[in-house]
Amino acid sequence: MRLNRRSFLQITALTGGGLALGFFDLPFASAQFDPQAALSPTAFIHIATDGTITLMAKAPEIGQGVKTMLPMMIAEELDVDWNKVRVEQADLDDKYGGQSAGGSTSTQSNYLPLRRVGAACRQMLISAAATRWGVPAAECTTTPGRVLHAASERSFSYGELAGDACALTPPSMDSIKLKDPKDFRIIGKPHANVDNHSIVTGKPLFGIDVKVPGMLHAVFAKSPVYGGKVKSANIDEIKKLPGVRHVLVVTDTPANSAGTPDSQIEPGIVIVATGVEPGVVIVADLWWQAQSARSKLKVDWDFGPGATQSSEKFAARAAEQLKAPPTDILRAYGDVDGALKTAAKVVEADYSYPFLAHGTLEPMNTTASYKDGKMEMWTASQSPAAGKSQIARALNIPPANITVHLTRVGGGFGRRLNTDYMLEAAWIAKSVGAPVKLLWSREDDITHDDYRPAGYHSLKGGLDAQGKLIAWRQHLAAFGEGGRVAGAVDATEFPSGRVPNFASYTSAQPLLLRTGALRAPGHNGYAFVLKGFIDELATAAGRDPIEFNLELLNATPIPMAPAANGRRGGNDTLNADRMKGVIKLVAEKSGWANRKKVPGRGMGFACHYCHAGYFAEVAEVSVDAKNQITVHKIWAAGDVGNQIVNPSGAEAQVQGAILEAMSQMQQEITLTGGQVQQTNYDSHPLIRFDQQPEIELFWSMSEFGPTGLGEPSLPPALPAIANAVFDATGKRIRTLPLERSGFSFA
Amino acid sequence: MTDLYFICLYVILSKQGTAMSLKLKVNNAVSTVDVPPDTPLLWVLRDVLDLKGSKYGCGIGMCGACTVLLDGQAVRSCQTNVESAVGKSVTTIEGLSPDGLHPVQVAWEQVDVPQCGYCQAGQIMTAVAFLAKTPHPTDAQIDDAMAANLCRCGTYPRIRQAIRQAVKAGAAVHTS
Ligand code: FES
Ligand code: FES
Repeated sequence: MRLNRRSFLQITALTGGGLALGFFDLPFASAQFDPQAALSPTAFIHIATDGTITLMAKAPEIGQGVKTMLPMMIAEELDVDWNKVRVEQADLDDKYGGQSAGGSTSTQSNYLPLRRVGAACRQMLISAAATRWGVPAAECTTTPGRVLHAASERSFSYGELAGDACALTPPSMDSIKLKDPKDFRIIGKPHANVDNHSIVTGKPLFGIDVKVPGMLHAVFAKSPVYGGKVKSANIDEIKKLPGVRHVLVVTDTPANSAGTPDSQIEPGIVIVATGVEPGVVIVADLWWQAQSARSKLKVDWDFGPGATQSSEKFAARAAEQLKAPPTDILRAYGDVDGALKTAAKVVEADYSYPFLAHGTLEPMNTTASYKDGKMEMWTASQSPAAGKSQIARALNIPPANITVHLTRVGGGFGRRLNTDYMLEAAWIAKSVGAPVKLLWSREDDITHDDYRPAGYHSLKGGLDAQGKLIAWRQHLAAFGEGGRVAGAVDATEFPSGRVPNFASYTSAQPLLLRTGALRAPGHNGYAFVLKGFIDELATAAGRDPIEFNLELLNATPIPMAPAANGRRGGNDTLNADRMKGVIKLVAEKSGWANRKKVPGRGMGFACHYCHAGYFAEVAEVSVDAKNQITVHKIWAAGDVGNQIVNPSGAEAQVQGAILEAMSQMQQEITLTGGQVQQTNYDSHPLIRFDQQPEIELFWSMSEFGPTGLGEPSLPPALPAIANAVFDATGKRIRTLPLERSGFSFA
Repeated sequence: MTDLYFICLYVILSKQGTAMSLKLKVNNAVSTVDVPPDTPLLWVLRDVLDLKGSKYGCGIGMCGACTVLLDGQAVRSCQTNVESAVGKSVTTIEGLSPDGLHPVQVAWEQVDVPQCGYCQAGQIMTAVAFLAKTPHPTDAQIDDAMAANLCRCGTYPRIRQAIRQAVKAGAAVHTS
């Protein structure tokens, strides 16, 4: 039937005419939480008079281990017994400072502030004890959970002092003395995930597990083509189905009609028209009822301009662009074309990688309840503050009236930096006047993601008679408009500045699809390209790939003019010594120099720097007659500073990153008629248990402060494996997924 | 009269999706649920019986996050009609052991397997059913048994380590 006007909930009414949905305050953004800002100990530490110590975990736990690692920093300086500490997930609140999970920034931005929080509280407990005893505070020390006065052999438990201590004013954070790392008892020792017991016994921890009284369940069927609108739907029929309470229709999003990106989550990564997208919401007593009703839903969509898009057309346009002069010069110095003409040897290659979905195992969900002008939410988000401000603007609710509880998150990988599903849940709850849990189906998730942008690269390298790299020309055909490019390469990306003649170009074609950050954004794509091409050059030069990389690292970098046009980069922050350190370590551990040539078997090397971390990896593979690749082993060496806060979590992150790199090598998202063709893990496959290589990890400790590692450990794994396949077979993998290069994982 | 006729007709036509009273034995407790018989067991466990341990990951039998035991056999609860569980014994992660001390659970905690943790209930239930049948598995048998349970975070190396540890601790004697 044709919908009458009454049946529609117009998004225009919803947003009160405001179009500015979805500006993100992300951890990468300049407005990020200042790591030097002082935090109050009272926000993070609760000591009960019975001695129970509760530490608040501020950041969203997405599997990266921060719910364990950040409280460890507090506990270390507070001087408590880790086994006696309870850790609690904090709600979203300004008093905790920045509460987001992205960019591998948690370690770096919290290492000093949270240690100071612990140390300040310890100092307050000491002052309270000293006052009671009438002795100078300087005479008091602590053992885990107790303040001691050695001279008089007296002691108090922290619990006994809690009342007095909390009446004191916290000391100035700048004056707090922190422990000498050699005295650490907690930091640097492996600690198991604090939620392990709840996880292995099936406790409700995740967003999907939330239950509030009177809660209804929602599904949201959105247009199969991004930017499509609803013309009509059989909502009267759907309303009669078992359990169905409400059917809401979003016909159009004003931002869509403008067709322009309305937010940028980090330079180079564009999100188009974030808001409540057009579609049909079905609200029922049970989720399965809503989902079953959806199978009877018939929507007549107006797919709009997005329907003309296809992966074939994207590739064809990119190929044209790569042959034509570039539209944008990212960086150029020397005389690259001249040097290529005079080079003793020129190597040319085209590389490409596809769009990818995140596919977090827990699908997008949020529970929301709206009552008396107040919104209460329970969400699995990496960026809850961004979601809150988005909701405040879109639904016209003062931020003070929005409460956000953070649940454990069943995987982030960058997907949950976008808070589209939070806004949807809030809007649905407000519309129906009852608490609602919105849960996307797996198919919704794969077909409505913020995709890792595809990229097409054309490269040329020139070698002199000695096999030295003298010219480098790269051209990326990407997606974007008006200077905003999704997945752009940094102007200073290696080997930029280390080759005498260099040019890095970009061209872009428009895209009507949301793109976003996937673990090690940008780098997960172009590390495969650039580090694969460097391996090609080393081979052409008849040189060892590691030695060839080291020579580039030894070159004095040519400085770049400060960043222009708001572009990222400007300063080459790569520290060559740190990179050389991890290369040396991985070469030694993998026995690189003495590797033997066995037919069908090969070893490959790659190194990469991103998110302040340095990783070098060696892969050992074999390839059978059907071009099936078995990855036997990966050696990884990393430098993320002078302290691994939680070695157990750190090792798990690196294992996960390497296995994710393998998944990324075999996945793709393609469009036909504007519609995403993959819908579930059958068509967007994860690496399986029986495909895992042995992974051995080594740390190279440097004198720099500790930084994150969930992201930087990922990018080198892709080129290391591809380079190993070349070593084994003589065939280069230049196109991902593997299948498009004629390979697959065994 | 006509109204009544239409009401009856409607009831008959909408029989599909009509709730029935079904008796289920889950974690040794018997309860009666009123749901359409073709509802996947997963959604009855999660949303009717409020046992949130079994997870929804794919809904098509691909990921194993919803794995439960049906008379000791590991099954995908998203692919199991609730009706087919009637008369059988369902064990979910919540009912694996009274105290969370099944050797597989203990090994999982000691080895620090979970990253996000979302897939782990399914991994554990699969491992439990497997070790009950194969108390001393080879690595190839472990590969085979665990190959169909996906983990997006990449906890496979630790799952292997935890299974080996559970074998040593005698997981085989606990079949729940
Ligand atoms: S949810 Fe059942 S197998 Fe994935
Ligand atoms: S631990 Fe996250 S999906 Fe397995």
